[in-house]
Amino acid sequence: MTAAAFRGRQRRPARPPAGRWHGPMRPYDLAKEFTVALVVVALLTAALAVLFSSPDEKNVTLQQWATADRNDFVATATGELAGTTTSAGYGAPYNTNGDGQSIGPLKLQKWAGIGTPVDPPNDFVVTPLSTISGNSALTDALHRWKGAAADQQTTWASAYADALGKAPDGDPAKVTASPDFGPVPVMTDALAQLASAGQLDSQLVDSSTGFFQTNYTKPLLFLGDSGYLDDFAAGQHLHGNQWGMMNETGNYPGQAWLWLYTFWYQLPGFTDANSTLGANADAIIWALMMVLSLLLILVPFIPGLRSIPKLVPVYKLVWRDYYRGHRA
Amino acid sequence: MSTSTAGAGAGNWTARLRARTLEAVPPGQLLPDEQPAYVASWIYVFGVATLAALIVVLLSGALIALGGPSWWHTNALGHFLNSLHLWSVELFFFFMVIHLWGKFFMAAWRGRRALTWMTGAITFLVSIATAFTGYLVQTNVDSQWIASEAKDGINATGAGAFWNVLDVGQMLLWHIALLPLAVGVIVVLHVILVRVRGVVPPIGIADDGTPESVAPQGGSR
Repeated sequence: MTAAAFRGRQRRPARPPAGRWHGPMRPYDLAKEFTVALVVVALLTAALAVLFSSPDEKNVTLQQWATADRNDFVATATGELAGTTTSAGYGAPYNTNGDGQSIGPLKLQKWAGIGTPVDPPNDFVVTPLSTISGNSALTDALHRWKGAAADQQTTWASAYADALGKAPDGDPAKVTASPDFGPVPVMTDALAQLASAGQLDSQLVDSSTGFFQTNYTKPLLFLGDSGYLDDFAAGQHLHGNQWGMMNETGNYPGQAWLWLYTFWYQLPGFTDANSTLGANADAIIWALMMVLSLLLILVPFIPGLRSIPKLVPVYKLVWRDYYRGHRA
Repeated sequence: MSTSTAGAGAGNWTARLRARTLEAVPPGQLLPDEQPAYVASWIYVFGVATLAALIVVLLSGALIALGGPSWWHTNALGHFLNSLHLWSVELFFFFMVIHLWGKFFMAAWRGRRALTWMTGAITFLVSIATAFTGYLVQTNVDSQWIASEAKDGINATGAGAFWNVLDVGQMLLWHIALLPLAVGVIVVLHVILVRVRGVVPPIGIADDGTPESVAPQGGSR
């Protein structure tokens, strides 16, 4: 058969229905083969489970974060008030504070709209603080914050964020008090106390449905803004530029099947967040993977791609016995 | 009263369904005790191995589900079941990827078997989504980090407005109900197509066993 015939565009002559092989047959026991395969795979799975177990690193709580790295917690809370964290400027599906990612003129993220409303300064800081009673300094601070214009709030929080950035280890205790900070130091200190006591974890979980809660969007976004979780992830090689999307904690294979998706995140163009490519990396890489997935599904119909097997003689290895027996 | 033909009229849906089914899959073809002589290679093992691994994945997942999403963190048996689930998933993908590459290099879509290839490829993609949601509902730090990172990719497509990877309740239902159901249905369809269309003959050989003289491309069905 020629390559041209393999690709062929000629009219096909009538053939018997596919699957009705009229050539030589050999005995086969489907039930036996499947049973043997099931037993072997089950035993292999059990052996791997016994030998290597599975990773289960305990989850991180806001209480743990505020206790173990109070400086980072205060800096993150200040960033939420200043509007400088990732969540504060995210855009859809959480808020309208950013345009989100796009592929050229296609702004799918923005067009899809707000699915889970999140207002970081209020949801992560102000509202939880409003539940505290018996702290007159905090009551006064909140009253002052809520009564100020948005520009004034940003000015206070930004000034305090700058001061924290310049303080040794970012320690709030080493920041010289200044009226420029407004009520922000009192608010962030009270939030750190609330979190250290373990009361912030439950407050940030979506309570719109009442007693039962399963939506962890707010605490995960707040935690995601932190340097605490980020540092932990870097140590576990979980960052995007560390093939993180396919890794998990410990020395385990993780989602190895995501290698191609993860591969794009390692390329220089996508790693530069200041470039158009890098700023829209997720949207572009997802689009790329959708196209590749479609190509995979449609291989039988794509000229050239469907002819590759003929050019790569792996099939001769697979069917070598048959070809050898029918060479004549 | 006629007993044997009473329900077998032209308008009988059951009779027509039976006739169509038997025409598509004649007795012996669904559960064959013989195969074409060319079905004799190690590569064929990976299809059935993938199915076997899927069974272990479903069983281990079902056993974990008996206790809910978090009990396995503090229970030795639960942790072992989680390990079984993890490694069966790893094997499932390992076998499936080899099966997929094998079928690619065998041009297994030839002879009107395009739909067989397509259902296989879709199974691979839906399985990735299923495994991904599994990582999201482990309720440990891996879940926190993977959800936190993955949200950006999902949100960038616009799907994040409806499919929230930070909502563990939504992800749990997708992982243990919707996506496994989708994988199961597509796999069943895939296996039926393999039985109906048969195993693709060697390149250069037609379904009737004669040398092929024309293009063995996928076709439209």
